[in-house]
Amino acid sequence: MTAQKNRLGQGGRIDRTKPLRFTFDGKIYYGYQGDTLASALLANGVTLVGRSFKYHRPRGILSAGAEEPNALIQLGLGDRTEPNLRATQIELYDGLVAESQNRWPSLTTDFGAANSVIQKFIPSGFYYKTFMWPAKAWMFYEKFIRQAAGLGKGPTEQDPDRYDKLYASCDLLIIGAGPSGLATALAAGRTGARVILVDEQQELGGSLLSERTAEIDGKAAADWVAAAVAELTAMPDVTLLSRTVAWAYYDHNSVSLMERVTDHLGPVAGANQPRQRLWRVRAKEVILATGAIERPLVYSDNDRPGCMLASAARTYANRYGSMRGQRAVIMTNNDGAYRTALDLTDAGVTVFAVVDLRSNPQGELVKAARAKGIEIIAGHAITGVKGKLAVTGVDVMPLTADGKGVTSASRHIHCDLVLSSGGWQPTVHLHSQTRAKVVWSDDIQAFVPGDKLPGQNNRSIGGAHGVFRLADCLAEGHAAGSEGAAKLGFGGQSGQAPTVSDEPAEEALLPVWIVPSDKPVGQGGKHFVDYQNDVTAADVMLAHREGYRSVEHLKRYTTMGMATDQGKTSNVNALAIMAGLRNVEIPSVGTTTFRPPYTPVTLGTFSGIDKGDFLDPIRKTAMHQWHEQHGAVFECVGQWHRPYYYPKPGESMHDAVNREVKAARTGVTIVDATTLGKIDIQGPDAAWFLNMVYTNAWTKLEPGRCRYGLMLGEDGMVFDDGVTSRISENHFHMTTTTGGAPRVMSWLEEWHQCEWPDKKVYFTSVTEQWSVMALNGPLSRKLLEELTTDIPLDDDSFPFMSFKDGHLAGVPVRIFRISFTGELAFEVNCKPSHALHIWRALMQAGEKYDITPYGTEAMHVLRAEKGFIIVGQETDGTITPYDLGMGWIMAKSKTDFLGRRSLTREDTKRPDRKHLVGLLTDNPNEVLLEGGQIVAHVKDKPPMDMIGHVTSSYYSPNCNRSIALALVKNGRNRMGETVYLPYEGKVIPARITEPKFFDLEGKRING
Amino acid sequence: MFLITCPYCGARDEHEFGYGHEAHIVRPTPAEYEQMSDAEWAQYLFMRKNPKGVHFERWVHTKGCRRWFNVARHTVTHEILAVYEMGKPAPQIDTEKK
Repeated sequence: MTAQKNRLGQGGRIDRTKPLRFTFDGKIYYGYQGDTLASALLANGVTLVGRSFKYHRPRGILSAGAEEPNALIQLGLGDRTEPNLRATQIELYDGLVAESQNRWPSLTTDFGAANSVIQKFIPSGFYYKTFMWPAKAWMFYEKFIRQAAGLGKGPTEQDPDRYDKLYASCDLLIIGAGPSGLATALAAGRTGARVILVDEQQELGGSLLSERTAEIDGKAAADWVAAAVAELTAMPDVTLLSRTVAWAYYDHNSVSLMERVTDHLGPVAGANQPRQRLWRVRAKEVILATGAIERPLVYSDNDRPGCMLASAARTYANRYGSMRGQRAVIMTNNDGAYRTALDLTDAGVTVFAVVDLRSNPQGELVKAARAKGIEIIAGHAITGVKGKLAVTGVDVMPLTADGKGVTSASRHIHCDLVLSSGGWQPTVHLHSQTRAKVVWSDDIQAFVPGDKLPGQNNRSIGGAHGVFRLADCLAEGHAAGSEGAAKLGFGGQSGQAPTVSDEPAEEALLPVWIVPSDKPVGQGGKHFVDYQNDVTAADVMLAHREGYRSVEHLKRYTTMGMATDQGKTSNVNALAIMAGLRNVEIPSVGTTTFRPPYTPVTLGTFSGIDKGDFLDPIRKTAMHQWHEQHGAVFECVGQWHRPYYYPKPGESMHDAVNREVKAARTGVTIVDATTLGKIDIQGPDAAWFLNMVYTNAWTKLEPGRCRYGLMLGEDGMVFDDGVTSRISENHFHMTTTTGGAPRVMSWLEEWHQCEWPDKKVYFTSVTEQWSVMALNGPLSRKLLEELTTDIPLDDDSFPFMSFKDGHLAGVPVRIFRISFTGELAFEVNCKPSHALHIWRALMQAGEKYDITPYGTEAMHVLRAEKGFIIVGQETDGTITPYDLGMGWIMAKSKTDFLGRRSLTREDTKRPDRKHLVGLLTDNPNEVLLEGGQIVAHVKDKPPMDMIGHVTSSYYSPNCNRSIALALVKNGRNRMGETVYLPYEGKVIPARITEPKFFDLEGKRING
Repeated sequence: MFLITCPYCGARDEHEFGYGHEAHIVRPTPAEYEQMSDAEWAQYLFMRKNPKGVHFERWVHTKGCRRWFNVARHTVTHEILAVYEMGKPAPQIDTEKK
C-alpha cells in the first residue's frame, strides 16, 4: 500500500520511519518526512504533473527548486486553498491534498489541449492582433479570454490563518545557507557579530544537501553541514532561519523575508502559531550567497514530462532517493552535468549516455564518467524527444562541424528521463533589486553582479557571482564573514577557512543557445524557452521578425519571463537567442531588471495581524457606553465612533433626526462633542502665533473670551476652522474640526519649528484630556442652573463667546458659551473621568424638559439651517474665505497671516469664482443628492456645462422643507436664478438663495 | 525603506518619518510679498526643485520626537548624504561626483 516504486532502499535525507499519506488529483500516495511534493511524486513514478498555460501541453517536473516553471500546484482545500505553488518547494505533510492546474476534466484528458492542435495559428501576439478590431468587440472577447487565462484558483472564503510581522536588525544578514553562506556565518559568528542566516529550504546546507561524494575538512559534505549548523546554533548572537525566503532588497540594506512558520505542518497542526511571518531586516552588511540556477538547453520538444535539469535529477537521486529504476540520457554543454551522470549511476539509475554538444570533452569528470562505463556521445545533439504524456526515448544526431546543424545519421535511444544542462546563471535577483547593474561574463556565459550601488552595503559570493567550485565558495564565504565582521569592529577570531581536497577541474562550457534539430526551428518539434508562458525559440524569432528586438519588447510581445517563475530558467536563453538573431553581443539586447518579489509572497504576510478589529484603532468617548445603552446608531468619523442618531422604537432614521432637530429649537438637547480636536497653546508669543495662522485678529481678545477663526493654507484656501479661547494672557485653548485635529497640530508645529523657531510658544494636543458635551436649545440655561452653584449663567455675566470655570453636578468643569446650532448653547468641558457622571446628571435633571440626545446627522442639519460651514464638506482645498462669503473674518488691520498674499492673486480675487449659496428645490420634499452636479442649461445628454455642485443637503423639519448648500460659479451674482440638477434620468430645478435658511436675524442665540 | 538618522534620536526606519518638501524655502516678509508679482509669488508657493541628484529636503520624525530637520538625499541612489537641524545652512556636497 505504501510502495513507492521509484524510491531507493536507502540513502538521502528522508526519514523512512515516517511515511506520510497525501493525495494528488484525488489519488492516494505515500512519501516520507523530508520529501517535497515533487520528490514524493517522482518516488511514486508520477511524471505528468501539469498542463502548460497556453497550449495545455503535458508537463513534468523540471527542477528541484524555486525556479520550477511547470509543476504548479493547487494546494489545500476550501478557505485554505492556495494556487500556483511550486511542487518543488512544498514540504510534504501527512494528509496533504494537491491538485494539478490548468486542465479539464483531467490531466491526462484535457480539452484545452485543443489549443495545442491549433498552435500554429496562435503564435505570440495572436491576441494583440486578433482581438483589436472592431474596438468595441473587445468587451465581448474579454470575457472568454479571461476565462481561458489564469492558472490556479484563488480561495473564495476568508483566510482563517494568522500571520505575523517582525522587525529585526543585525550586523550581517546572510542570504543562502549553501557552502558560501554557511562559511560566512561561521566566520562572522565566531567573532561575536550579530548574524542572521536565512535559507528558503527546510534545511540549511543548500547544494551540499545534494552532494554524494564531496568532502569538506575531511568530512562528508552532509556531516560538515551538520557540524556547521550545530556550531552556529550554539552561538547566542546568530539567528538561523530556514524555510525563509529573502524576497525583496530595498533601500539602505532593508531586506524583506517571508518565513513559512507552520506551512510544513499542514493546516491544523500549527494553529497555535502564525502560518507565516514577514520579517523586515535592517542589516549593516548583506551577504548574497543565493547560489545559481541551472539553465535548461533549448532542444526540440524539450518540455515532455521526463525532461529535467541535470542538477535536479542529482538532487532527487542523492537527497530524496526518488529516482530508482529510471533510465536517463543526459545532454550537456559543460562538465557539471557529468556529476549527475556519476551520481545517478551510483544511485542505481541507468545512464545510457551523455550527449555532449562539445566535440572533444576531456575534463576530469568526463574521464571519470567514461571510466565508469557511461557512454559519452560527443559532438552530438538530442534532436527530438518521443512520448507525449511521458518521455519514451530520444533521437540523437551528430552535429555539423560548425555546430549549427545536424547530419543525417540518427540514433534512437529508449529512456524515460532526458536531463539537460546549459550552464548556470547566478541568482542575481536581489543584487538587481538594489538597482545595481549586472554584467555579462564570457567565462561562464552568464550575468554576474556588477558594482553595488552607493548606500547599499552588500557583497555577492559563491555561485551568486559566478564562482562555482566548492573550494572557492567556501574560501569566499570565509573571507566575507571575517572581513565583514572586522569592518564592523568585531575583532574576534574567525577560525580557519574550510578546505576541500581533490576537487576535479572542469573545462569551459560551449555556448549553444538553440540545439539544432533535423528540421528548422518552428517546423518540427517545439523548442521551449519559457515553459511557464509557452514561449518557444520560434516565438523569439517571430518577435525579431516583427521588430520587437529589445528585451523589454521581447518580454511584452511574447510574455516571456512573466508569471510566477519570472523567467528564472528562461531569461538568459531568450536574450541569447535574440542576440544571435540580431548578431550582437548578448548584453546589448539588454538585461532583465529584477523587481520584488523573488518568489510569490502571500498577501496575508503583508497584513499580518492588521485586519478586522486590529486594522485601525477605534476611538470612543467617555460617554460611549451610555450611547450604546440608549440605542445610538454609530457612524465612523475618522477613527472615532460617534452617535449618528438615537432612534426610538419604531422610528426610521428620518423620524429620529427630525425629532432631534426640532427638539434643539424648542427644548433642550445634548450632543457628545468630545471628538473636536483640542490644542493647548501656551507661551509669550501665543497670541502672535494665532495672528499668523488665523485670518482674524487675536491680540485684543480678552482672557475669558472665545473667538471663531478660519485657517488658510499659504495658497489662501480654507484649511480648518474652530473656536479658540483665551484662558489667560499667554494661554489659549484651540479647537479644530474632528478630522482635522492631527493635521492642524502638525501644521502649527511645522510653521513654528521651520519658519518661526524663535517664537516662544508650545503646542500640546489635549483632545483626549477634555470630554465635551454641548447643550443646545432655549431651555439649556434653565437646565444648567439646576446643577451649578458657582457659575452665573445670565447674559450679562456669561455672554455669548465667553467661558467660565466652575462646578457642575459637583465636579469641576469649564463651560464655553458657543453655538454650532444658532441656539442658546453651552459646551461643557470636563475631565473624561467625570464625563459620564455629568452626562447622566444632565439627563436626569433634564428629564422634565424632555432632554433629547442627538447625533451627528441632527448636528449637520442644525448647522446647515444656519448656513454654518463644515471644512471638508463645503470646502475642498480650492475655496477661499471670500468664496464662502466670509469676508467679515478677514482682518484688515493685520499686515501678515498665512495665505494673505495668495488672496490677492489674480485667480483668487476673481469675482466669478465658485461661491457658497443656498439651493431650494421647487418641490419642498425633494432632497438633493450631495455631490450632485449643477447646470444652468439642460441638454439632451451629457456632456453639459457644469457650474457647481451640492455640498450639503438635508430635510429641515424646522423649515418644513428640503435645504441645500452648494458651490456655484458666480453664485452670489445669480441670486434667485433657477439652476438644474440632472441625475438618474430626471432633472431637478432649484432656486439659488442666500446660504442660510432659519433664524435669518440670528436672534435665537440668546434664548 | 530608508534608514534616516534623526539628529535628535539617531538612526530609525523610514516609516517613523514624514516627508515635508524641499528645504531652505524662505517665506517672504509681507514687505517683500507686497511687491511680488503673482508669478514671483507662485515661485515661492508652488515651484519645487526635482533634481536628478542631490536634493535638500525636510523631514519630520512623526512617530518619534516630532521634530523637523533637513536631509540631503541623492534622488537616484537614495543615499542620505547629510542630516542637519532646521536653521542650519545646506552643507556643501559635491554633486558632480555623484
